[in-house]
Formats: sequence, C-alpha cells, structure tokens
Amino acid sequence: MATEHSKSSARLMIAPAVFVLLVWMLVPLCMTLYFSFADYRPMRGTFDAWIGFGNYASFLTSSSFLSSVMVTLQMVAGILLITIGGGVALALLLDQPMFGQGIVRILVIAPFFVMPTVSALVWKNMFFNVDNGLFSYLWKFFGAQPYDFLSQSPLLSIVVIVAWQWLPFATLILLTAVQSLSSEQLEAAEMDGAPGYSRFWYIILPHLSRAITVVILIQTIFLLSIFAEIFVTTNGAFGTRTLTYLVYQRVLESQNIGLGSAGGIVAVILANVVAIFLMRIVGKNLDT
Amino acid sequence: MARAISNRKKIMWTALSWGIGLLIFFPILWTFLTSFKSEATAISDPPVWFFFDWTTQNYSDVLERSNYPLALMNSIIIAVGSTLLGIIIAVPAAWAMAFVPGKKTKDVLLWMLSTKMLPAVGVLYPLVLIAKYFGVMDSRILLIVVLMLINLPIIVWMLYTYFREIPGEILEAARMDGAGLKNEIIYVLTPMAVPGIASTILLNIILAWNEAFWTIILTTVNAAPLTKFISSFSAPEGLFYAKLSAASIMAIAPILIMGWFSQKQLVRGLTFGAVK
Repeated sequence: MATEHSKSSARLMIAPAVFVLLVWMLVPLCMTLYFSFADYRPMRGTFDAWIGFGNYASFLTSSSFLSSVMVTLQMVAGILLITIGGGVALALLLDQPMFGQGIVRILVIAPFFVMPTVSALVWKNMFFNVDNGLFSYLWKFFGAQPYDFLSQSPLLSIVVIVAWQWLPFATLILLTAVQSLSSEQLEAAEMDGAPGYSRFWYIILPHLSRAITVVILIQTIFLLSIFAEIFVTTNGAFGTRTLTYLVYQRVLESQNIGLGSAGGIVAVILANVVAIFLMRIVGKNLDT
Repeated sequence: MARAISNRKKIMWTALSWGIGLLIFFPILWTFLTSFKSEATAISDPPVWFFFDWTTQNYSDVLERSNYPLALMNSIIIAVGSTLLGIIIAVPAAWAMAFVPGKKTKDVLLWMLSTKMLPAVGVLYPLVLIAKYFGVMDSRILLIVVLMLINLPIIVWMLYTYFREIPGEILEAARMDGAGLKNEIIYVLTPMAVPGIASTILLNIILAWNEAFWTIILTTVNAAPLTKFISSFSAPEGLFYAKLSAASIMAIAPILIMGWFSQKQLVRGLTFGAVK
C-alpha cells in the first residue's frame, strides 16, 4: 500500500515537527553546554570562554548541590509515596459499587486541573498560615498549639501541596488499570476462600504493577522540575531548595551563568537516567 | 436477603467514597466559599461555613482594580495559540506516522517523547538570551512558541494513538469507489479524525493554561498569564484571602470544567499509550 511516492510525502509531513523539536532541543542545550565550560558572570562583566571542568567541579563539590539532591530525593519520594499509596486505595475504592460514582470521580480528579500557583497560594495562606489558616483553627479546636507549617516543616508542606495536585493523576491511571482486571479471576479466588488481603497481594497488586511503574516514572519526570510551588511558598528557603531551584537561583538570581549551566547539564543527565526506563516501557508497548 | 446485604454494602461504599471525595475537593470548595465572603469574614475565628452575607464584591474588585483582565486575555491567547500552532505542525506528522509507518517511525516517536523529558533548567539561560536577542521577552508570541514546543511531543503522541485506530481498510474501500486523495481526506478521514483532534486540543489547552515555569520566568506584566498574575498576588497584611479566592476561582473555573470533560483523554495523553 505504501508506495515510494506516499513514503516521500510522508517524510515531508513529518519534517516540520522533527525540525522544530530538533532545533528546540539542540540549540539551547548546546549553548548551555558551551556556557558550562565558561566563566560567565554578566553582572561583573566576566567572560572567559574556557575554564575546563571548573564549573562542574565547584558545582558538584558545593554543599548546596548535595543538599539540593537530598531535598529533591526526599520531596519526590514523599510525593510518590503519598500519591501511589493513596492512588491505589482510591482506585480500588472508586471501583466499588456506589451511588453517584461519576460525581465522586469529578471531585477526586479536580485538584489536577488547578494551576500550581493557585494551589500553592491557597494552601499557603488559607490552610498553613499560622494566624488565619484553617489548620490553626483545627489545632486550636483540639486544644493544641497552632503549628507554623511552612517554617517548621517546609519540606512536608510542599510535599502535601504537590501530592494533592498529583493524587488525581495516579488515581485516574490506576483506576483505568483496576477496571481492566478480570472479575472472573477475583471471583474464583474469592470462591476458593482467599481472604481479602491475599487477593490484593497476589492478584490485584501484580496486575497493577505495570501501571504503578508508569505512574512512578511519569510523575518523577514532572516532579524533578517542580518550580512554582517552591517559588510561591518558600522561595527555596528553609531547606526546600531542589536541584531545579538551585540551578534557577544560580542562573537568574546570582547570574553565575557558567556555574548554573553546569548545574543544568547535571540535571539533564540525572533526568535522563529516569527517562531511559520510561522509554523502554513505552517502546515495548508500541510493538504490541 | 443477598440483595439487602449488597445494598447495605453499596451504601457503605457510597458514604466512604463521598467522604473522601469531598475531603480531596475541600480546598477548592473552601476557596469557592471564601471568595464570596467579606475580608473580615474570611479570617473570622471560628471559621464560618455557609451562613454569612454572600457578596460578589471580591470579584468586581479583582476585575476592576487589578491586571486580571489582561492576565486572563494572555492566558487564553497563549493556551489556545500554542495549542493550535502545535496542532498545525503535529497533524501531518501524526497522520503520516499512523498511515504510512516506516521502519523509523517508532524511533522518531520515542525521540520526540525524549525531548519532553529534558529538564527546563537545562535550557533556561539560552532561552532567556535568545528571547532578549530577538527582543521578545515578556511577549505573547514567545510564550506561544515555547509552550507549543514543550507540548508538541504530547500532541503528536495523542494524535498518533487516535489516528492509528482509524481502520486502513476504509481508505482502500474509498479508493476502490474512485475517491481521489483530496476527497479521501475531506470525506472519509477528516470526520473520523475530528473527535481525536478535539480531545487533543482540549487536553493541551489545559496543560498550557497551567504551565508554571516558563510563564513565570519569561513574563513580567505585558504577557503575564494567570499563573504569573496569581503568583504575584499578595497584600502586605492578612486581609486579602477573599480577593485571593475570587482571583483563584476565576483562574481555575474554566479549566476545571474543561478538565472534567477530558478525564479519559488525560490517561491516554499523559501515559503515551502505556496504560490503556
């Protein structure tokens, strides 16, 4: 069916998309790579095009790099833990027979569509605020001392905000996977007298493992570049400076382009490690 | 008897699900309620729930005394513009890959996906530099192009998965009946492709509307969309919750409604076909 003619016109149709993405990926990335080997501080008028691996050495050995990697790992791990655990539970719950299932789904899915700056500001002011936040009223209601979330547990606060936004995503995808589970298999297990937890452990969880992997990988890629939530709440202070935020500060706040670019390249390499795993799974699925 | 037990179970599941659903939805509900309170009521101790003097004052305040209308206009232009531009580039590509697949099709698709995984900070300064060089910092056109580029892989992927579901035999049938390529596209393929294209547009407007890295960094005032406008929304002393709520509700309401319609597409669009 595919003639030579149709093949060449197909190439022509794909060309614009490939071209713009190629330019988008290569040009800025090569510039970052170039700057990462330079001593470039525009505020001071410094530009020395080649200083070797100096930027990498000082970026990788600085204590802020190590702590930013730790913060990033803790943040991503915390959010993944809440969203995957909560997502599996919610997906199983939403799969049960109930009245008004569609409406519950709508309620659960809603946070995903709230723009990051709005959810961060709403949580920061109306929930976490020590004077007027709802949590303070709740704490006082139970006779406890109001707790200043954003300065006492800033990392946890941001984890809660972002987990709230991503829980719907995990739930929706896991629900799709739960619904594709054959009920016959479950019924057979139930008839054989398998108790609830072993049905969950031996049938449901293995069935969900692929979807869980996909959720983990996709979320990790998005979560590695969390920005707005930190920008609005703590601005990177109180030990909430992730790798993304550290690079942003080096580049745009302290205007040390060389150092920041080296950090950017490091971030690209780290993200690629995750990306490779995701691509393998997606690639396998393309064949079937 | 069995019916009765299953009904009781159903009611139990219903109560539990509604409870948890409302808990998750609560921050949005609370923002909605607060947006109709006076600033003093908004921070009253103990909090008031439904019984207060409902007022729309905050909405008119935000609309009149701030840059909200400009930000809303920018959000609409940037989200819709970047999506349409992306569709124009992606439809031919996805079309060709779905109907005339070659040996390299899979590699091209995966490569496109890999560009989506590039961390934004990796290209941060060059982009600012390029934007300044062309004098387009804080302009809508810059945001339209940048958001188009970051979402293009998703657009191509979604369209590809939709187009692939259109059976190839129908084309052969049309050809046998003597339809030319032009007629084939207009009368046979387009009607079958429209729903997929519409869902793709919907999901991408949502993604572009909520994008909050480039929109914050590349704009100041003129091209600042709602994400940026909200991020700078603060008042010196506590009394701004009601206005913050009103601005927030106006920023999220249209997208929330669109989002509810696009639940199914969300799974397809954001998992790149890895979960069906």
